[in-house]
Amino acid sequence: MGLVDTARVKSPWILHYDCGSCNGCDIEILACLTPLYDIERFGMVNVGNPKHADVLVITGPANVRNQRVLRNLYEQMPDPKAVMAIGTCACTGGVFHNCYNVLGGVDKVVPVDVYIPGCSVKPEAIIDGVVLALAKFAGKGGAK
Amino acid sequence: MNDLLIVLATIVLGPLVGGFLFGIDRRLTARLQGRYGPPIVQPFYDFIKLWSKSRIVVSQSQSLYVLGYLLFTITALCMFVLGQDLLITIFVLAFGGFSLIMGAYAVKSPYANFGAQREILQMVAYEPILMLAALAIYMQTHSFMVKDVFKLNHPLLISLPLIFVALLIVLTIKMRKSPFDISASAHAHQEIVRGVYTEYSGPYMALIELTHWYELLLVLGIIGIFWATNPIVGVVLALAAFVLEIVVDNIEARMTWPWMIKFVWTTGISLSVVNIGLLWLVR
Repeated sequence: MGLVDTARVKSPWILHYDCGSCNGCDIEILACLTPLYDIERFGMVNVGNPKHADVLVITGPANVRNQRVLRNLYEQMPDPKAVMAIGTCACTGGVFHNCYNVLGGVDKVVPVDVYIPGCSVKPEAIIDGVVLALAKFAGKGGAK
Repeated sequence: MNDLLIVLATIVLGPLVGGFLFGIDRRLTARLQGRYGPPIVQPFYDFIKLWSKSRIVVSQSQSLYVLGYLLFTITALCMFVLGQDLLITIFVLAFGGFSLIMGAYAVKSPYANFGAQREILQMVAYEPILMLAALAIYMQTHSFMVKDVFKLNHPLLISLPLIFVALLIVLTIKMRKSPFDISASAHAHQEIVRGVYTEYSGPYMALIELTHWYELLLVLGIIGIFWATNPIVGVVLALAAFVLEIVVDNIEARMTWPWMIKFVWTTGISLSVVNIGLLWLVR
């Protein structure tokens, strides 16, 4: 693994987008940032700006209203980038899957690299998922 | 020839030292918050990662202004290291800050424009203190040259203690730390996203990080010359000021810009003016 790949793996900046989740998964994501789990020790920073982000972390199901916003956020992120679907809703639509406005999992709108099921997901599962996402992230090669 | 070597050393070694200082900053901040924190070399990982990301240019002139920010700041640092005119160093540093603002204004993003306005207010707040500090140093050395500070037989801190305190305020603003992190905060989810930096991404953001490392060194250098009789004490003094800023950053809330202007103009400028007045009376 070259220097650039190492740097990418060591410094994934996370953008968190809530597609309309019940906030259960959002709270677990924020729990990862607290002193108990402290994901900043792996260089992860929760950024509020898609232009600075490397990993898009999505909670909640994609629906007719938010798909435009979700796609816009994804497109604003510079390459290379990874997408994580956090929680059952983001993976498949979950309990909302047959609602009239729900499209299903977020992979109906943006390409997803890592699916992390759970309702709500445990912080340990999120950290596991991030490790998986980073392995894919490192393999994505040079910027397009 | 000797000067050229000093300039080259500054340009090459400057970011190494500055980057490590930022790494120490993040580690110390994490420890103060009861966390473990990233490795000390984290800023270098961030830099390489940002550098390797794809370019997204929102406005063509933006990339030019990033270069302006970088080059003016390097120029200011090199002038300082060579012992040149302190006043001109401060002006060149201000040109750098101005480039960053112009870059943020070159795009239509409301976040960047808000950040740029606040960055102007920050400059409006700290520039008078830097000028007064240069004036006070002039009253001691009878020259604006940095190298003449080293010819004094007593440390500047003895005769300019209040100016020193005012410069600590400038250091906080320049490092964009609480309570003055109003134009751009490192912490996510604030009302203006990343303020002036919002529209810079990838390699341009990397250049901005690089500039911060040079900028930090310059401001710490200006603090360090307050004990120029013994350079080791000067370095310790600058590092102590740096650690103090990190502690202040963690115990202070983020304040608004009207509060910043009021605080810096009343406390900062009166500290400086009282110090200069005392010097004038004693003379």
